[in-house]
Amino acid sequence: MAMVTADPQDVPKVASFAFSAANLEKAKALMAQYPAGRQASAVIALLYIAQEQAGGWLPRVAMDHVAQVLEMAPIRVYEVASFYTMFNLKPVGKHHLQVCTTTPCWLRGSDAVLKACQDAAHCDVGEVSADGLFSIVEVECLGACVNAPMLQINNSEFYEDLDANSTRALIESLRRGEKPSMGTQVSRQTSAPIGGPTTLKSQPAKG
Amino acid sequence: MLRDEDRIFQNLYGFHDAGLAGARARGSWDNTKSILDKGRDWIIDEMKKSGLRGRGGAGFPTGVKWSFMPKQVGEKPHYLVVNADESEPGTCKDRDIMRHDPHTLIEGCLVAGFAMNAHAAYIYIRGEFWYEAQCLVDAVKEAREAGLIGPNACGSGWDFEVYVHRGAGAYICGEETALLESLEGKKGMPRLKPPFPAGAGLYGCPTTVNNVESIAVAPTILRKGAAWFAGIGRPNNTGTKVFCISGHVNQPCNVEESMGIPLRELIDKHAGGVRGGWDNLLAVIPGGASVPLIPKSICDTVLMDFDSLREVRSGLGTAAVIVMDKSTDVIKAIARLSQFYMHESCGQCTPCREGTGWMWRVMERMVKGNARLDEIDMLEDVTRQVEGHTICALGDAAAWPIQGLIRHFRPEMERRINEHAGRRQAAE
Repeated sequence: MAMVTADPQDVPKVASFAFSAANLEKAKALMAQYPAGRQASAVIALLYIAQEQAGGWLPRVAMDHVAQVLEMAPIRVYEVASFYTMFNLKPVGKHHLQVCTTTPCWLRGSDAVLKACQDAAHCDVGEVSADGLFSIVEVECLGACVNAPMLQINNSEFYEDLDANSTRALIESLRRGEKPSMGTQVSRQTSAPIGGPTTLKSQPAKG
Repeated sequence: MLRDEDRIFQNLYGFHDAGLAGARARGSWDNTKSILDKGRDWIIDEMKKSGLRGRGGAGFPTGVKWSFMPKQVGEKPHYLVVNADESEPGTCKDRDIMRHDPHTLIEGCLVAGFAMNAHAAYIYIRGEFWYEAQCLVDAVKEAREAGLIGPNACGSGWDFEVYVHRGAGAYICGEETALLESLEGKKGMPRLKPPFPAGAGLYGCPTTVNNVESIAVAPTILRKGAAWFAGIGRPNNTGTKVFCISGHVNQPCNVEESMGIPLRELIDKHAGGVRGGWDNLLAVIPGGASVPLIPKSICDTVLMDFDSLREVRSGLGTAAVIVMDKSTDVIKAIARLSQFYMHESCGQCTPCREGTGWMWRVMERMVKGNARLDEIDMLEDVTRQVEGHTICALGDAAAWPIQGLIRHFRPEMERRINEHAGRRQAAE
């Protein structure tokens, strides 16, 4: 439960918000996935679009706009936006570093990954770096436990099998404006054991 | 060891094409119409005979669950909802199915949906699985363009749509009624049962919620036959299972194996063994964060299935094996899980909302030993007051890891308390 208030004092004031034409079209397509009169089901999907358009966080006017498009009471949208952890109710860095520190990642060294993030991004957990490039949060299990420790950037890319060095390298590469490759940062095929799989070594059989 | 040809997820690691052509080469969508032509009763009966038990953690027989749906469609449509909110710490199996073998899941949606008279399936995928959601959306599009789903799916005469719905970061949405609330556009707060989803689920309509793996194995079971699936594993614990082995092993991995494989064999054969050797093992959490840990003495011989693990007062859960070697601060490992449950409690029920925080704070003191000996019993007592006193199972899930710790590592907790008291006395 994120439990962040909808419009705290430390949040910049944003005057207005409306979906761009392209985003409104995207929103309408997602709303069509649900039966007539059930458009509220698309609230999470629309909040994602709004968050992206607003620059990585949800000003109150953006939530109000989503409420209007979905014909929902604004409070219902605030409730959703504050309940789910992937919605940011205040600005985050350009690269929002979400470091998993739950037990499976912790056992494999997430403390070192978190510290490397703090050192390389020059900000602390819950803060945005002075240059606006990075922010860091600790998150709960992201479901990549056999590739632990890991972190996620901007609600999309997973970076896995990290240690202090590869974390620092990842952050430096982002600072240079590069696009580091997603997934495991060691030599390994997705969730298969390092050194190669112990099963499924021949051509696939007909299942 | 399970033979490769008996593995359902032939592309578990993504070495091959995850698209429709690759999926077809591996046998997916092979004359699906002939399965549907055998009828609803045959499908449900075959699923029951296979012995498949739900792969999301609770282990309820899948065929029986499907049979709870009303036989006739009344005024309200029926829905299939797939729980792809994979969030149980240690678990990352559904992720591989969705990114590397998505057509097994989509074909499974069709046969399961058909069997329960549903024309639509919603796959509720956790928001963080952004890439995996893209994989699913692509696979749904491919299947629809090929006429495998959509109007007259596979030429069966049955119309069937599959929709991908992303969550946004809330463990509780893995609980089926919280998931339904979230799917309706609300906060993910669990509902009281009854009514059960089969009576009143999504939008108040008859609904069945199944885990990704339970649905994705269905087409292969129906193609190869219930007897094939039931012949793997042990009675009442049949079939294959994707295990996730994480923590202090040399090569953490996912692997599909027989139900009932000895834990030691699973770790030694597929995960390269425990770091520092088997004798360096301290304990294992065998089924995801919410099941009690088991110490090495039990790990030596226990089999990985529902009944074997229940006998040792733990559980198979999601089959997420979290390994801890002797260097682990086991109290801290469990305290971190307590923090997880505190963070993820939806706040609806008082015993859970207050209890998870209370238990975490006491656990943090236990890590330092900054407690009295009798507080161990008090902690145990509080876990019993949370367990079974909440709408959903999150309260239980928060209680069990602590109960397991006290059951097996009480001497370590006491040692730490005594040491801390000794240090304090010396300081005075």
